[in-house]
Amino acid sequence: MIEIVYFAWVRERIGLPRERIETGAATVADLVEELRGREERYAAAFSDVSALRVALDQELSEFEASLSGVREVAFFPPMTGG
Amino acid sequence: MKISVQEGPFDAGAELDAFSHGRHEVGAVVSFTGIVRDREGGLVAMEIEHYPGMTEKAIAKIAEKARARWDLADILVIHRFGSLPLGQPIMMVATAAAHRRAAFEAAEYLMDYLKSRAPFWKKEVTRSGEHWVEATPEDEDALSRW
Repeated sequence: MIEIVYFAWVRERIGLPRERIETGAATVADLVEELRGREERYAAAFSDVSALRVALDQELSEFEASLSGVREVAFFPPMTGG
Repeated sequence: MKISVQEGPFDAGAELDAFSHGRHEVGAVVSFTGIVRDREGGLVAMEIEHYPGMTEKAIAKIAEKARARWDLADILVIHRFGSLPLGQPIMMVATAAAHRRAAFEAAEYLMDYLKSRAPFWKKEVTRSGEHWVEATPEDEDALSRW
């Protein structure tokens, strides 16, 4: 089981802030493919991954990164703090 | 070093006084306060979302990098989340050092990284609707000078 969290417009498009899923995805990119295939709202949220950022266990990461041992994956748009 | 991620307001003046007080080795304190502004007219509030847990870690990491790079006596970072009305402070950073150059540069460094490497997202609520503030290429370019 892996915890997936969504922020900002990604959360709004998918319609929920977090969910736990069972996945065999080896990398973040594989997980994105799996999610895209689920429903239209996921396809809409993940239509352009260049517009997204990913964090693995609360550290910024890359879409090519492995999910091995990862407990929490977060997807969000580029950050706008400050 | 004080890092606070909070929903409630803060008093930037009082924070700065407390931060500056009684430091005999410090010759320079620089501070920056970010305020909710009306960019296009009609802004009612700014809603700020963040990633609890990651936010604090990301800010601590940015602050540690600043401390490794400049000779700083101390760092203060306060960043709010939630719904903030027009004109309210969103965040502040302060740096204390023996000399002004380190204090100025470190404050700019902290601001540049907080803008695009700390997990906050701003949404503008206006009279005609609401929209997420988009990151700009300038935000990313700002990091390349460091």
